[in-house]
Amino acid sequence: MSSTLAYDGTAMLGRQLLRVRNNPALAILTQTMPITMLLFFGYVFGSALAMPGAEYRSFLVPGLLVATAANGIMTGMFQAAQDVHRGVTDRLRTMPMSRAAVPLGQAAADLVVTTAGTVPFLLVGLAVGWRVEGSAAAAIAAVGLLLLFRFACTWVGIFLGLLSRSEEAAGQLGSATFMLPLLSNAYIPTDNLPGWLRTVAEWNPISAVTTALRDLFGNAPVPDGAAWPVAHPVAGSLAWCAVLLAVFAPLAVRRYAHGEQ
Amino acid sequence: MTTTYAVLSEGLEKRFGEVRALRGLDLAVPQGTVCGILGPNGAGKTTAVRLLTTLLRPDAGSARVAGHDLVREAAAVRRAIGVTGQYASVDGDLTGRQNLRLFGRLHRVRGPAERADDLLARFGLTEAADRPAATYSGGMRRRLDLAASLIRRPDVLFLDEPTTGLDPASRGDIWDAVRELKQDGTTILLTTQYLEEADQLADDIALVDRGRVAHTGSPSQLKALIGTYVEVVVADADVLVQAAGVLDQLTGGEPSFDHARNSVGSVTRDTTLTLPRLVRELDAAGVPLLDASLKPPTLDDVFLRLTAEESTGEEVAA
Repeated sequence: MSSTLAYDGTAMLGRQLLRVRNNPALAILTQTMPITMLLFFGYVFGSALAMPGAEYRSFLVPGLLVATAANGIMTGMFQAAQDVHRGVTDRLRTMPMSRAAVPLGQAAADLVVTTAGTVPFLLVGLAVGWRVEGSAAAAIAAVGLLLLFRFACTWVGIFLGLLSRSEEAAGQLGSATFMLPLLSNAYIPTDNLPGWLRTVAEWNPISAVTTALRDLFGNAPVPDGAAWPVAHPVAGSLAWCAVLLAVFAPLAVRRYAHGEQ
Repeated sequence: MTTTYAVLSEGLEKRFGEVRALRGLDLAVPQGTVCGILGPNGAGKTTAVRLLTTLLRPDAGSARVAGHDLVREAAAVRRAIGVTGQYASVDGDLTGRQNLRLFGRLHRVRGPAERADDLLARFGLTEAADRPAATYSGGMRRRLDLAASLIRRPDVLFLDEPTTGLDPASRGDIWDAVRELKQDGTTILLTTQYLEEADQLADDIALVDRGRVAHTGSPSQLKALIGTYVEVVVADADVLVQAAGVLDQLTGGEPSFDHARNSVGSVTRDTTLTLPRLVRELDAAGVPLLDASLKPPTLDDVFLRLTAEESTGEEVAA
């Protein structure tokens, strides 16, 4: 059973990577988006904020990394919906293969592509003044946490994509996820938000992961008086990822296995 | 000699909310034959195929495909079947070759690369093998779909409207492939909207209407159910009733009039009625005849007639 999962999962991972290789333009476009946002936000917004520009850009790099990771919801949803509505899912479901392999292969391939896309982003980050100010070990932990969060978000997306009524609906709902980081500390500090809004923003998983990355990279201290997931960002992030995976991975596999029956 | 059935279903039922898509589908497809499933849109053809290919679970009833229970041995069923349909498709972002290799791997085919090349050649796709499938024409795409379902030679092949939307040449290619597969001993279950397709390919036809099999039989048996349509055109409206009287004697069927054309028609199940006899009898009765014809029914007639009977519950003139 598990060898079937590994074998079929690898085949499905290979399939997703072939798709990227066949159409690299799409992947490049997706991966350069956060770089564009770093330059826009960093220099346009940065010059309007009280925080000095260089300091804001250091603050922004972890925020954009996490906001991009949260896009795993959109990508996961869109790819899963595409497969469902173009008949690929049904063909695979009539084949004697592991039921978990298809979503797992998709999530794993997404992780490979995301990891590759993180490198140029961090290089641009370095060019605009962002630095790893903590230990190398902490920085590696930060990247690990980031990828774990991406992985969890992708499973959320796959589940939603399998439920979607059409590719267009999935695309629209997926695009709406760009709002998620706006309600977090990814682009702005939450300290000055009105009380209730601050609570909402700090319970946004993106805030916990962003705070953890800022802490581990040594870019900004953990803010005082924040909600629990932000006040304990590493534990909070791990907890969020565990919850998302525990809920959405089984749901996605179940939905994939049974379809609309 | 006992018949082995590749597909045998009893009382399959499937409901989607309030809609009863299948209400007791009984189907028996002997091994090595081609069974055509015909029916109007919404009759339950696609639901039937989705159930029999393990994509949906039945609410009631049971079925065995290639000897395996559909629900309890779904994995074994999946190993024995191939599916090509409106919904079961290949990945348009992968090339033809990449698709076939992927499916070969998932089917644990030995030498998936060679198997892919063989199938590409067999379906005339070698030149297009390295282009994304999304760029293929409708006919090429359908051939690739079919090749993908044959990666591991299936015992039972399900083709859900395999030629819908194809030009005649591409349709012919698919037909040839189906005939070849049948010769190799593959059992094929085919749904189609084209009666000609069923006539050409199917050994047996199951006419599905509102969730159950309304009639089964070979194409010629189904045509015999309908009988031959006899039509005469007369010179003068006044003699139409007289002509109808002669037709009534000859055919025993209910005459139907087309006053605009001065014609009257009727259906006969008497296979001995010939055109010369029809003309002689009408002439002897003094009917000024302009035209007369005997039309053996097409499957279209069968289809329209039998589904209309089902829905109105009474005989309808052919």
